Amino acid sequence: MTATRNIGDVLLDVNGISISFGGVKALTDVSFDVREHEILAIIGPNGAGKSSMLNCINGFYHPQEGTITFKGEPRQQMQTHKSALQGIARTFQNIALFKGMSTLDNIMTGRNLKMKSNLFWQMLYFGPALKEELEHRAFVEEIIDFLEIEAIRKTPVGKLPYGLQKRVELGRALAAEPDLLLLDEPMAGMNMEEKQDMCRYILDVNDEFGTTIVLIEHDMSVVMDISDRVVVLDYGKKLAYGTPDEVRANQDVIDAYLGVSHE
Amino acid sequence: MEFLNAVFVAPFLDIADSPVFFAEVVIGGLMAGVMYSLVALGFVLIFKASGVFNYAQGAMVLFAALTLVGLMEQGAPLWLGLLVTVGVMVALAYAVERFMLRKLINQEGIILFMATIGFNFVLEGTGQIAFGSDVKRLDVGLPDKSFETGGILLNTFDLSAAFIGAVMVTSLALFFQYTPTGRALRAVADDHQAALSVGIPLKTIWVIVWSVAGVVALVAGIMWGAKAGVQFSLVLIALKALPVLILGGFTSVPGAIVGGLIIGVGEKVAEVYWGPAFGGAIESWFAYMLALAFLLFRPQGLFGEKIIERV
Amino acid sequence: MFYREAGQFKTSYDKDQAIFPIIQDRWFIAALLIVAYVAVPFFANEYWLQAVIIPFLILALAAIGLNILTGYAGQVSLGTGAFMAVGAYACYKMTTNIPDMNVVFAFLLSGIFAAAAGIVFGLPSLRIKGFYLAVATLAAQFFILWLFNKVGWFYNDNPSGTITAPPRELFGITITGPRATAEARYFVSLTFLVIGAIVAKNLVRGRIGRSWMAIRDMDIAAEIIGIRPLQTKLTAFAISSFYCGVAGALYIFVWLGSAETEAFDLLQVSFPVLFMVIIGGLGSIMGAIMGAAFITLMPIFLTNFPPMIGIHLATDLQKHIEEIIFGGMIVAFLIVEPHGLARLWQIAKEKLRQWPFPY
Repeated sequence: MTATRNIGDVLLDVNGISISFGGVKALTDVSFDVREHEILAIIGPNGAGKSSMLNCINGFYHPQEGTITFKGEPRQQMQTHKSALQGIARTFQNIALFKGMSTLDNIMTGRNLKMKSNLFWQMLYFGPALKEELEHRAFVEEIIDFLEIEAIRKTPVGKLPYGLQKRVELGRALAAEPDLLLLDEPMAGMNMEEKQDMCRYILDVNDEFGTTIVLIEHDMSVVMDISDRVVVLDYGKKLAYGTPDEVRANQDVIDAYLGVSHE
Repeated sequence: MEFLNAVFVAPFLDIADSPVFFAEVVIGGLMAGVMYSLVALGFVLIFKASGVFNYAQGAMVLFAALTLVGLMEQGAPLWLGLLVTVGVMVALAYAVERFMLRKLINQEGIILFMATIGFNFVLEGTGQIAFGSDVKRLDVGLPDKSFETGGILLNTFDLSAAFIGAVMVTSLALFFQYTPTGRALRAVADDHQAALSVGIPLKTIWVIVWSVAGVVALVAGIMWGAKAGVQFSLVLIALKALPVLILGGFTSVPGAIVGGLIIGVGEKVAEVYWGPAFGGAIESWFAYMLALAFLLFRPQGLFGEKIIERV
Repeated sequence: MFYREAGQFKTSYDKDQAIFPIIQDRWFIAALLIVAYVAVPFFANEYWLQAVIIPFLILALAAIGLNILTGYAGQVSLGTGAFMAVGAYACYKMTTNIPDMNVVFAFLLSGIFAAAAGIVFGLPSLRIKGFYLAVATLAAQFFILWLFNKVGWFYNDNPSGTITAPPRELFGITITGPRATAEARYFVSLTFLVIGAIVAKNLVRGRIGRSWMAIRDMDIAAEIIGIRPLQTKLTAFAISSFYCGVAGALYIFVWLGSAETEAFDLLQVSFPVLFMVIIGGLGSIMGAIMGAAFITLMPIFLTNFPPMIGIHLATDLQKHIEEIIFGGMIVAFLIVEPHGLARLWQIAKEKLRQWPFPY
């Protein structure tokens, strides 16, 4: 599978990130990089700082130390909404969909930042505004086809089952046509078939759109199967970093995580 | 120029000119502040225990005072009136739980807030239908005499009001901190479902806390009523408790007290010294603007906790 | 049987995104507009227009404004009355100082002034949420009304302290002031409402509307997908206040004729409009209109119905009963159907779709 893919240059460089909340150190001096077109997994026990890491990458948390370089531009403080403009999209551990809106509207919202028409035309819903709505609708319909959620297009997402909500959330992230896609436990709470479906979507996204993906996942078999490289966090520190095989062989990881897990 | 003088120079000259008068203004403000604190306390209690921002607290104050006055007008002695009014407030708490809160479990805070606005109107309407809407005098037999200490004019009624307020606050704080019921209340405030799962009877807790808030409302109603008469404007005075809450933080009992005192003093001092510069009657909005300005610097209030948002 | 979308296929996204995708709905709305523009002025008398229909139309416009802010963008406001007052006083100042100004233009400009006030008082919304914000809007309510009451410049220093709408014409017909006919004023308010409703609907179904709802439903997620929170909230405040401001100008110029600041009091305006939004349905333009109809009709019903069955109520008793009924309805609606009359209407349509053979 990896044979046909060409991993490119460094897209995201995380360098010496530390963050703490009132004395609790969530992350301590974590560094790694993500290359274009690869799938990188972040694993680690609960509370290891995985979600905090994603929050730092997309500018929701501001690390106290270290720099994050995305597409060659280093940054330390950034307003949260700018990360989306730079091409970072994400999904959330606890689904964060807009519950009062339909599937279609949720995914359309993901394209909001690509829409430019001014207030005047929007008031009339005519001219440039209408044209824009229709163009983006067409794009969103492609995503809907891709994720096979045509039937729930107009259903309010609050009424959808968990697995479908996760899929809609992926759709919303994809709508922004991101360069970097962050997935926070995309398969948590799913059964085998749903996990397989989700894996297929992730691999397809990576393959067809060439999107770089950083994901957090607990299911080891999934992680080992689909990721190119793995970062292991424990108590906010980087424990290991490398290909799945390297990580699997790493004694620290076996001790801290795989060896003493509750299985 | 004249305006600048009236804002930045003249008030301070006045204060320096007559410190005794200034002290009296401050004390008057503190007394009003105690009243605000009492109303705000009712808000905080309910917010802590049920996560409901009870807009109707003001109406509860009016309703409790109206009930007491109504009973006393019928010739009931004070003790009986108090007893029956407390009974009425407990029954009201039960009704709120039974017909409102229970049906709105797990709804968003804002929905609950709007429901209490509805409840507020029901209560106002009912109270005024039952007991009329004229201004009523309430006499609970507190001594009302003025005396002088160190050149400052004081009033026994104000002092006893402050004393009663202090006693209430202390006992409530002890109740919250040291009794099992208090612990259960705090648990409920944190997380409804988690509290339920460890066997705390949510519905009972709500009835208790709304009853306590009802009693606090009664005390506040008696104080305001004895001072200014029982009338509809009590509801508007109670609205002043909102900026108090913002200042103090929604979940903090000490915050309600300190916030009430700050607003009380600030408002009086501003009205007396700065009011003329703005054409007077700035009491109507001063508290809100103060709270608003404060919010910009410390959104969680004086004693509120900073929230770490997670996704 | 008659109301169903079966067989109505859409062949373009354009048609699928129409406001009324089902043909029966379009007929219904067309019929409603014909009734409003032709039948109502023909049959309604002066009393009905002045006491019921005109205030309903104007308050519906304000309710649409508040619904944009509260129902769509999720920011509770208790300052509706103040923003309406800004519109009314701005309009008064403009029309009295520049007598030649076109009155419709003055109405729209009043909206802009109100929008500016809305932006100022919306600024805290970046840092504070929910109830805190509701209190901030109370600050607007009390401060703005105090200002208009105290500073003589706003009411041209006239001794009574009231503002009175000067007579102004549109297409040669007097539409404001005491000499304007009820019909003329009716057409003006109706037209403002219809256009306002269409524009609001267009806004909420487009990009801006989706940003508002995203902020309402999950503000953090919205920010992360690239929606600017401050800008989005402020546009909601601005547009909402614009509607309120225009409604406020109409309130004085087209309905009351003259008024003091008390006309925009918290209990007179801010709460009733909030109730319209809640009862009509949070997040629905149609709902705001239905809620306004309900709230304006209820007192009329209470005045007229009890005497019909032989009960005569004193005025203040009636007022208190009204309070209880409104309060009770608010609670009931929030419990049973937080989406209000609009949702009930939708459910009725869904039932109708299957009628008379539900299986």
